[in-house]
Amino acid sequence: MERGAVRAVDDVSFDLAAGEFIGVVGESGCGKSTLLFAIAQLLAPPAAITGGGVTFRGQSMVGLTDRQLAAIRWKDLSVVMQSAMNALNPVTSIGTQFKDAMRAHGVTSKAEIADRSAEVLRMVGIDPLHLRSYPHQLSGGMRQRSMIAMAMLFTPELVIMDEPTSALDVVAQRSLMVQIKELQERLGFAIIFVTHDMSLVRHFSHRLMVMYAGQVAEFGTTEQVFESPQHPYSIGLMEAFPSIRGPRVPLTGIPGSPPDLARPPAGCRFAPRCPQVMDECAGTAPPLYDVAGVQVRCLLHAPAAAAAAASPARAASTSPAASTSPAAGPGTTSSHDSGGADE
Amino acid sequence: MSEPVSAPGGEPLLRTENLTKHFKIGSALSRLTLHAVDDVSLAIGGREIVALAGESGSGKSTIARLLAKLHKPTSGEIYFQGRPVSRIRSREDTLRYTGLVPMVFQDPFSSINPVHRISHGVLRGLKLHRGELSGAQRQAEAERVFEIVGLSPAGEVLQRFPHELSGGQRQRVGFAQALALRPKLILADEPVSMLDVSIRIGLLNLMARLRDEEGVSILYITHDIASARYVADRLIVMYAGQIAESGPVEDVLASPRHPYTQLLLSAVPDPRAPLDVTAETGRGEPPKVIDPTPGCRFRWRCPLAIEECHHVTPQLAELAPRHAAACHVAQAHAHTEVKAF
Repeated sequence: MERGAVRAVDDVSFDLAAGEFIGVVGESGCGKSTLLFAIAQLLAPPAAITGGGVTFRGQSMVGLTDRQLAAIRWKDLSVVMQSAMNALNPVTSIGTQFKDAMRAHGVTSKAEIADRSAEVLRMVGIDPLHLRSYPHQLSGGMRQRSMIAMAMLFTPELVIMDEPTSALDVVAQRSLMVQIKELQERLGFAIIFVTHDMSLVRHFSHRLMVMYAGQVAEFGTTEQVFESPQHPYSIGLMEAFPSIRGPRVPLTGIPGSPPDLARPPAGCRFAPRCPQVMDECAGTAPPLYDVAGVQVRCLLHAPAAAAAAASPARAASTSPAASTSPAAGPGTTSSHDSGGADE
Repeated sequence: MSEPVSAPGGEPLLRTENLTKHFKIGSALSRLTLHAVDDVSLAIGGREIVALAGESGSGKSTIARLLAKLHKPTSGEIYFQGRPVSRIRSREDTLRYTGLVPMVFQDPFSSINPVHRISHGVLRGLKLHRGELSGAQRQAEAERVFEIVGLSPAGEVLQRFPHELSGGQRQRVGFAQALALRPKLILADEPVSMLDVSIRIGLLNLMARLRDEEGVSILYITHDIASARYVADRLIVMYAGQIAESGPVEDVLASPRHPYTQLLLSAVPDPRAPLDVTAETGRGEPPKVIDPTPGCRFRWRCPLAIEECHHVTPQLAELAPRHAAACHVAQAHAHTEVKAF
């Protein structure tokens, strides 16, 4: 069956500052991995960047030759994949894989390779003895940590992580997250962290991007998005997680499933699943509106509608935090007058 | 079928007695034994959801496989409605048992045959397990269970192919297939862990409905404590092949007695609470239990370990009504709570 082109990522724009940690959350098929691959120039045909660009340290990444990319990879930009078992070569030892990466970037001194390899392994809490180990001899957590160690070989400026903890148990997951954050604070690299579990990045990311059906649904400081989610999809996601503390309350999740991106809905892509859907949602594709510094793709926040529609819609919302006015986070210096959307 | 709904004498629906499963590993020269499940005694009542939680490798899936008769226990016994499962030998009795205790698998993408319509699996199960039904009755029964699990219009969904359904819908197919066999106990091995967060809750709600409206018990195997709390009545925490702690889910979460349960709970991401960076992050990992010596299997990671823990394997003991933990320190201080993490 011919289905035509799928626009997996549609018009996503953002800036990432040096040393910043951005979380990208969304469900499977929302385009979050495609976005990462596009940034890292890892898209393989038939996938391609058909519009827009990626600028890394002032240099356009789109259109670079393989050779130019090879010079950047590992050195300035590393990618940590979801499944370390598949990302690591099963037939060579961890040390050999570290050595290959360093040799590819012109480090030939055996002593230097051995020293640096041992150093990065120690950084992630693994005994350098394991440089001689093969991937299958390590536990899932150790494999994932050695991938991160490998990404640290040249202390890059940007580390892109695609669900690096999803194969791990909660205890290992937490310890890895704390370790990533410690490394970031010590070495100062920026992180783009993709996950389907937004509770995971709550305490770690500076800003949070919620993606839905290839688009940005909401993008703001992690604090704001968690404390007062504005997009009905973000609100739904927040309420999809049962808690281990507090009262046991019945939850509903978000019934339905994301749209087929080969045939996205004409208006708002979330409209078919949205509990606050309005008549105009079916026909009008909402742009990103600025709501107190947070970008929100929802007609509830259209300047004209915001005043009229927001108050009754919000009163009906079951979100615990939706009605509170967001406090400006420490990082938000620009306070746009967003037309009374807060009160 | 003649079996009573709940067997006489307060016998639970299913219980295990010192259930043990060892696997031989290594080459012919180095015979090693992996203790996947050791000495597990648990019970599942009628109309009850029991969550079996633990890290990967803790033996929780092996228990499900033992209960499903996919593995033979090394020792110990499973009693279903008071009768030992090991005595079930004939094909007919095995079919009857697996119909009463069906399994729902983790991966809804590989557990349904992609070349057949959705109706294939459920009708085949009906033909095999409920041979008394005619073709039309089988179709009607398939439609009935599909409606129960929320796949409607059932007649139309049954005609689709697996790739036309979303992950959540496929997992509902898994529950419908189990439900068609008129089960007493569904063994659900990580049924929602591969689904998107927005639809997980829908499946958990379905499990609660099957318990409340269809009277089915469910063994819910998961590594996600929050979802266990959401749906389960009782919680059993496994560590390295043994039960660390068990009890009513709210009791265990409110006052975890075993240091491992405390570690597990402290690691659950909680967006509503501030991050406690000083909390022990527990860098250790659960051991592979190969030819173990006596002693607590958590002792190497446990901040509370005492001399006794290195020599004597702790047994499960009730520390509060229906709430038991296998920990020497917790048992010595049964009247006070000891916090390790």
